[in-house]
Amino acid sequence: MFETFVEAFRQALILILTGDPEVFSVTTRSIYVSGLATLFSCIWGLPVAITLGLSSFPGKRLVRGFFNAMLGIPTVALGLILFLLLSKSGPLGIFRLLYTPLAISIGQSILITPILISFTSSSVESTDVELRNLARTLGASNLQTNFVVLREALWGVVLAVVASFNRAFAELGVAMMLGGNIRYVTRVLTTSISLETARGEIAFSIALAIILMAIVFSLSLFLSFIRRS
Amino acid sequence: MVGHLQVEGVNMIYGEIKALDSVTFDFDGGRVATLLGINGSGKTTLLRVLAGLEEPSKGNILFNGKEMKAQYLRQISTLVFQKTVMFNTSVYENVAFGLKVRGIRKKEIERKVSQALESVGLTSLEKRKARKLSGGEQQRVALARAFVLEPEILLLDEPTANLDLANAVTIENVIKKMRAREACTIILATHNLHQAKRLSDKIAHLHYGRILEVAGPEDFFTHPSNQTTKKFINGELQF
Repeated sequence: MFETFVEAFRQALILILTGDPEVFSVTTRSIYVSGLATLFSCIWGLPVAITLGLSSFPGKRLVRGFFNAMLGIPTVALGLILFLLLSKSGPLGIFRLLYTPLAISIGQSILITPILISFTSSSVESTDVELRNLARTLGASNLQTNFVVLREALWGVVLAVVASFNRAFAELGVAMMLGGNIRYVTRVLTTSISLETARGEIAFSIALAIILMAIVFSLSLFLSFIRRS
Repeated sequence: MVGHLQVEGVNMIYGEIKALDSVTFDFDGGRVATLLGINGSGKTTLLRVLAGLEEPSKGNILFNGKEMKAQYLRQISTLVFQKTVMFNTSVYENVAFGLKVRGIRKKEIERKVSQALESVGLTSLEKRKARKLSGGEQQRVALARAFVLEPEILLLDEPTANLDLANAVTIENVIKKMRAREACTIILATHNLHQAKRLSDKIAHLHYGRILEVAGPEDFFTHPSNQTTKKFINGELQF
């Protein structure tokens, strides 16, 4: 068993180091799809998160509670709902998005929006209240004060964005149900690992898993390094 | 001639707690007025109201006879907090912040910041991260950051409470210099009787949200009329 694993690991490294076209294709598509999902969630999620973090309004707890509850949504359940919406006979079937990379991006963006909103709004809220008062007593307008708070919470926001990307990058259910795992079209790292493992192509699966983890870890490490320096 | 500040019947209520109870007090322009009192007496609350950070539950604040709402108070006053708060930037950027948000030209900002840092003895540290400085140095930055704006009213909340003697003396010297210039009204909150004696032109004793005694330093310490104030001065006040 151990020897099989070592051999699979050796083959995986060869696949990576020789720049296997299929490995390269699946990897770049994964980065593109999840990157686009992160961009979408930033576009609609960051304004919501910043509003939640900076202001108080009736029902704020309810909104926060909703997004916190959505953190644990099963990806397969979300995938199923979106599948029904995007399928030919569904209400959004007219857009013909099902089994396209864009469908995966949309699904992943919905999946990671609660993560982005919860982490970002917490980060903004946790800035020292006296920092806002300081800016105000030095003559800053509300907008300038908010900018000060956001600058203070910048690393928290960056970490929220990266955590969201990592979540999208590593999820399987949405990509499988909305992408269909079509070779050279919608196949991404996670769906490919699932398929190749089922087919007994362990070396290929390990190669993809190494890449998946390397990207996730190196992104987090890079951020930690930048932050410290 | 700097302006005259009046506090008229100010109440501040948080839930069931009355932090300020009908506070009425006149602050003479260009002088140092001290709010003296034990912890929890309402000094900080009154300063926050005067800084425009909180609207009083009741009462008026007048500057040169004109009623001032919080947003206008923020334009003429600056508060130095008891717990020093620094922006996560350099010393220079911290001191320049208020000037930048006012849209002052870069050259002018450089000149003013340079003068302010010189007066608190921090010229050599202008490029350092403000949060990396010692407590005393941070308090000096906070003071420079406040008076560089040349506010009409400078509010100082226990500015030397957490400092060693050397730093406290430096801060007091800066306050004395500012008083000598008569450029603004300084309102100092402290529980330090000696500091109040050294720096004040007028002292108000605040006790559980009420002003019990107002007098010049000489009269305040030698002939207090209120019994609680007398006990406070003699160190006999018990909780």
